Amino acid sequence: MKTRDLTELAARNLREALLRNSLTTLGIAVGVASLVAMLSLGVGLQELANKKLSKSGLFDAVFVSSRANQRGFGRPAQSETATREAAKILDDEARQKIAALPNVVEVYPEIRFPTEIQFEGKPYSTTVAGIPPSAKTEGAFDGMKGNFFSSPDAGEAILQIEFAKDLSNQPDSLIGKNLVLRYAERQALPAEPSPKKSDAGKPPANPTDEVTGQSPGFSIVPREKTFHIIGIVETEPATSVGSFGRGRLLIPMQVAEILRVAQANDLRGLLRRSSSKQTYDSLTVRVKSPSQVKSVEDAIQRMGYGTFSLLDATKSLRLVFAVFDLFLGIFGSLALAVASLGIVNTLVMAILERRREIGILKALGAADRDIRRLFFAEAGVMGLLGGIFGVTLGWLIGTALTFGTNVYLHKRDLPPIDLSSVPWWMVASAIAFSIVVSLAAGIYPASRAAKLNPVEALRYE
Amino acid sequence: MGDALVHAVDDVTVAIRPKEFVALLGSSGSGKSTLLNLMAGLDRPTSGAIFAQGRNLAEMSSEDLAQHRNHTIGMVFQAFNLLPRMTLEENVELPLRLAEVDRDERPSRVREAVERVRLSARLTHRPSELSGGEQQRAALARALVNRPTILLADEPTGNLDSATGEAILHLLQEINESLGMTIVMVTHDRDRAARYAHRIVTMGDGKLLSDGNKI
Repeated sequence: MKTRDLTELAARNLREALLRNSLTTLGIAVGVASLVAMLSLGVGLQELANKKLSKSGLFDAVFVSSRANQRGFGRPAQSETATREAAKILDDEARQKIAALPNVVEVYPEIRFPTEIQFEGKPYSTTVAGIPPSAKTEGAFDGMKGNFFSSPDAGEAILQIEFAKDLSNQPDSLIGKNLVLRYAERQALPAEPSPKKSDAGKPPANPTDEVTGQSPGFSIVPREKTFHIIGIVETEPATSVGSFGRGRLLIPMQVAEILRVAQANDLRGLLRRSSSKQTYDSLTVRVKSPSQVKSVEDAIQRMGYGTFSLLDATKSLRLVFAVFDLFLGIFGSLALAVASLGIVNTLVMAILERRREIGILKALGAADRDIRRLFFAEAGVMGLLGGIFGVTLGWLIGTALTFGTNVYLHKRDLPPIDLSSVPWWMVASAIAFSIVVSLAAGIYPASRAAKLNPVEALRYE
Repeated sequence: MGDALVHAVDDVTVAIRPKEFVALLGSSGSGKSTLLNLMAGLDRPTSGAIFAQGRNLAEMSSEDLAQHRNHTIGMVFQAFNLLPRMTLEENVELPLRLAEVDRDERPSRVREAVERVRLSARLTHRPSELSGGEQQRAALARALVNRPTILLADEPTGNLDSATGEAILHLLQEINESLGMTIVMVTHDRDRAARYAHRIVTMGDGKLLSDGNKI
């Protein structure tokens, strides 16, 4: 029999026992729906976690330190002699080399210093942090009031909300006003003439090296600079692994660097190094995506620096989600397995009911194969319809869960989330899975129907 | 069409020639229906052979037997055996579906068969909306639609009153004469068998009692 005729007959048979076949199909649909709902929750939560984590700015970053300063981070301690030999100083040259590596978005030092500001004639003490341009995409700036820095070298400041409350009872009114930052600039002592002028090509924005030359020390000069307040941020962005939100007054990284503010570690650096060239205690390297962290980390390590990233943490997170998905999938599949028993039952019942019809078809020339295919087609159609209906139902369940969760989150003033996610591959594979399970459930009834003796079947009343 | 030679289990040997109208007579349980089913390829003999158009049905695969039932044999039953939820037209079309006849060709074939049994006005009716005689005519149309060479009828008038039964037998006779179709009809009505069939084969207890004796 041709496929089209087969399908027509199968559809006709399904229509004839409409109630029973609908209930069976509904059973499959519920099975598929539970599978889809479970998996969509798993995938949705995973996507949510990935999104939030990548927005935290921690998982696409590599923290580089000179090995001389490496503080461990739980890594096996290297032998002291090896460390000394390998110790390379993090200077501007190294910074540029790292910035030139593939997939590196940005390299910046950690600049954070306690200081004092003047606002409307009154002094306030606070901590200032330099914020790199790439931080704009981080979650911390998502719900901010006002704007992010208009350019990397703008004389603009963003206030952390707690600090803004210190300045004014109405923090929002601060946007557009000015404040004066008072800070201690590190000025090099007059240099001994340097024999080699290799640093002459350096950009004028950072003249430190040229000025300091081989000079062993520096002086501290008090300075002032006016900043325009352009935004207020709720949470404090993480600029580096060791500095979770410790800046309360945020200024562009490039501006912060030009200020040449004396920092706490300058003294230690001065005592340790023979050269007083600008060096960094540590640098943060921002990578295009978390998946490239490993290669960048390796490249930096080959350059002789110590690195640290939270990549290992994401790895175990992915493992957790894989196991989570697996279990949700197993529970969803259980429902589908029960539904497939429903198909077996329905089709076996149909054989009893349609014994005579099978006998007639055989008398008219239907081969065993035709009868088997007919029952298979019926199981397959139930699987297809159940799959389509089930995916829709599962999606609705996921959407309802997301809606409910968001109502709950809204009541608590939290931003909405996408709790469940039904990607196309899940739609396609859920329907395919439903058909496969239905066909498998149809194997026994179909072969039983095919083997029916036509003479006995015709005698059956 | 070659000679149709039939061996049955109980030492029965019957040869039915092309275009013959044979009545298979006997009481219930005489084995006449079994013999018919064996000829139809619905059943297999435990030993012996059944030759139809030169091929031994006993040695055919079930696939080939299905082909034999579909192409060589047309069958009508005492209980009509129409599919109750299909219209007359759909019932008649069924063998064409199984034979994978082109869709374009089917309507004309169905019409031709239905016209032969004079049931064209009932095409869209379901079996329950037809009288007994009409149902048997519909079954006859279904048996004819694939243009088989042999028509096997198992007590075709058993469920009909005598006038309607007579009309069906007339129709069988007409088909036998105009189409030259070989007909084997199982019946227990000796009188009617004598009036319509060319030859009567009598069975009892699975044995052949007489062959060719028109009373």
